[in-house]
Amino acid sequence: MSEIIKVGMADLNVCKSPDGITTLGLGSCVGVAIRDPIAKVGGLAHVMLPDSTQIENNTNRMKFADTGIEDLVKKIVSIGGNKSRLEAKIAGGAQMFAFQNKSDMVRVGERNVEASKKKLKELGIPLKAEDTGLNYGRTVIFYPETGEFVIRSAGKPEKTI
Amino acid sequence: MTERISFQQVTTEYYDVLKELGNIGAGNATTALAQMLQCKVDMKVPQVRLLNFNEVGEVMGGEEQIVVGIYLAVEGDITGSIMFVLEQNAGKALVEKLMGVKTDDEGFTELQISAMKEIGNIITGAYLNSLSQITNLKILPSVPDLSIDMLNAILSVPAIEFGIMGDQILLIQTQFTDEVDLNGYFILMPDLESYAKMLTALGL
Repeated sequence: MSEIIKVGMADLNVCKSPDGITTLGLGSCVGVAIRDPIAKVGGLAHVMLPDSTQIENNTNRMKFADTGIEDLVKKIVSIGGNKSRLEAKIAGGAQMFAFQNKSDMVRVGERNVEASKKKLKELGIPLKAEDTGLNYGRTVIFYPETGEFVIRSAGKPEKTI
Repeated sequence: MTERISFQQVTTEYYDVLKELGNIGAGNATTALAQMLQCKVDMKVPQVRLLNFNEVGEVMGGEEQIVVGIYLAVEGDITGSIMFVLEQNAGKALVEKLMGVKTDDEGFTELQISAMKEIGNIITGAYLNSLSQITNLKILPSVPDLSIDMLNAILSVPAIEFGIMGDQILLIQTQFTDEVDLNGYFILMPDLESYAKMLTALGL
């Protein structure tokens, strides 16, 4: 029997095939899914903010795109993933409200997406697919076995990228 | 003197004060709601909770539950934002009561959405007004913006604002009782400087 592991906000975890891993209701946050297609292990990070270096309160590394992705990769390697084979898919980074007031809050979804891509590039992990931006929430389920990234949104058909 | 105050400090040391502010604010919001609907609305004692990010969804009835989120920016002496979250069915019930017309479909019509915005405006306005009176600070809310989506997706917006300061979110849960129970949540997000100002204004 396969299991689906749940990842919370500002949280990350890993799993082995045939298990899947999910996070519910991504809004402006970004879900970063990474796997090793040969070892069939992978994981998911639910990052909230783009850059840990710009914020004083940065003890929770999982909260940020830069440190969260770094830690996710380490954790995948620790359960048998090979760093040179890793590949990624990302989803989320929506703008839930037409305006978001504070200057550092403007486009936070978009900035989360940019920061995630930048970190992946820096680590040499190819981005295979993305479903980002727009103005609605997304629940995602990732299967390291097939690399399928299932996206569910309210009032929209389910899709797999 | 209060400049280096941390969010954690504010919330643990002044929990009772925040709770009382929540109480008064929600009380005023209830009165405003009763006036608008022209009927009696009761309110249960609000609960003020400080939750970890991963607990919020569960406490509020499920991460994927569809809710109405009304979001306003706040300017003036204090800056930040306020969000009012209501279950979709509760929002729908309120709108139908206000407009005196029932509709069958699950979602909201264009007209119902603007009525919902107005309800949010009045409720949050009443809340902020009482805050302004108690603290004697000028608080100016912006025009409200509305989004209907999964709870966690809506909450990601305040969670990110809180995320800049810490790893927890401050939630004021209010249950309005009319013919049906309506669960509403206020999430007040002043920035840290504004917290300090509010506490100073209260003589703390």
